Amino acid sequence: MRPEDFDFIAKVLKDRSGLVITPDKAYLLESRLTPVARKRGLKGLDELMASLRSAGEDLLREVTEAMTTNESFFFRDMKPFDQFRTIVLPHMLQARAARKSFRIWSAACSSGQEAYSLAMILKEEAAKLAGWKIEIVGTDISQEVLEKAKAGLYSQFEVQRGLPIQLLVKYFKKNNEMWQIDPAIRAMVQYREYNLLHDVKPLGQFDVVFCRNVLIYFDQPTKTRVLDNVSRLMPDDGFLYLGGAETVLGISDKFRPIPDQRGIYGVNRGGSAGPSLTAGR
Amino acid sequence: MKSCLIVDDSKVIRMVAKKILNELSFSTAEAEDGRQALDHCRNAMPDAVLLDWNMPVMNGIDFLRELRKLPGGDHPVVVFCTTENDIEHIQEAITAGANEYIMKPFDSEILQAKFSQVGLL
Repeated sequence: MRPEDFDFIAKVLKDRSGLVITPDKAYLLESRLTPVARKRGLKGLDELMASLRSAGEDLLREVTEAMTTNESFFFRDMKPFDQFRTIVLPHMLQARAARKSFRIWSAACSSGQEAYSLAMILKEEAAKLAGWKIEIVGTDISQEVLEKAKAGLYSQFEVQRGLPIQLLVKYFKKNNEMWQIDPAIRAMVQYREYNLLHDVKPLGQFDVVFCRNVLIYFDQPTKTRVLDNVSRLMPDDGFLYLGGAETVLGISDKFRPIPDQRGIYGVNRGGSAGPSLTAGR
Repeated sequence: MKSCLIVDDSKVIRMVAKKILNELSFSTAEAEDGRQALDHCRNAMPDAVLLDWNMPVMNGIDFLRELRKLPGGDHPVVVFCTTENDIEHIQEAITAGANEYIMKPFDSEILQAKFSQVGLL
């Protein structure tokens, strides 16, 4: 690829999604965008680059989606979900006992595995949640993955990565070669198209935010901006989950690590002692 | 070091599984059918069994039911690994005492994920 083409596409991706693509990741352009080029009857990356410069919204969007779609597994890394079930959920049930409702956000939810994992946990804990209204909202920049998330259809490979067999049997039905998640679980999650770089207010307030393995794709100023935006949607006692390789330290002072709970961060408004998580321990 | 008995009538599958399990620091033994596997368990109960369903002499589900009746037969964590991929088979396996279930084809990532889910890793 010509250097000026690389610079052009890198800028498009950065502006539209925050995704930072460095020259050592140029191979990703090749593997992700060649199918897009073929779909349009173009001969390859070079022709795609040429038409991108005069392209309309549709193609720019498609290219951005193709580059930002990432892997997702059920119960990815397991521990965050154990923490949710044994610590965060009991804490919220206590802290929100008066209004009996809270909201969870799966930010950059991809094809929905994280949101559905949370929904399955809530379903398993249903006995404790009678009379509660718990909303789960999944957002992603890509329409295509959101369609997949809504359909709740997964391949045999996808349902074997992280999903315990008992939950597969309980909450999925086989649909030809695919597995489809139960309509009752699907109904627990709302999906919306949303760009993390845009104004967040229309989404409303979230008590628990999962934003895992998202920041790793952004440069430092974008990370700071996204974290600051997210903090504005959260109450003082809200909790943020980041991925195993991510942190707020040195990036944003709007959050602080929760002692002894790796990967979970509390909102930091300065002054007060901040949130703590003690329920269930 | 934990031990895993690999039960499959396909030599290729046993070889692939052995390689993955050795990388995950398991000692491995192999059996070609349920009968051989049962004999092995009577001598030395493994920590885990990776179990095919369709095999000559004695199939996987019959082996599992016999295993669970043996003294100490509740100890091994049993993970089915089979091309049978419908809910009915999975349900039957769980009822017979299987701890996890892998649908073939599988790769090292799936095997590792399943083994860690049941606390073997």
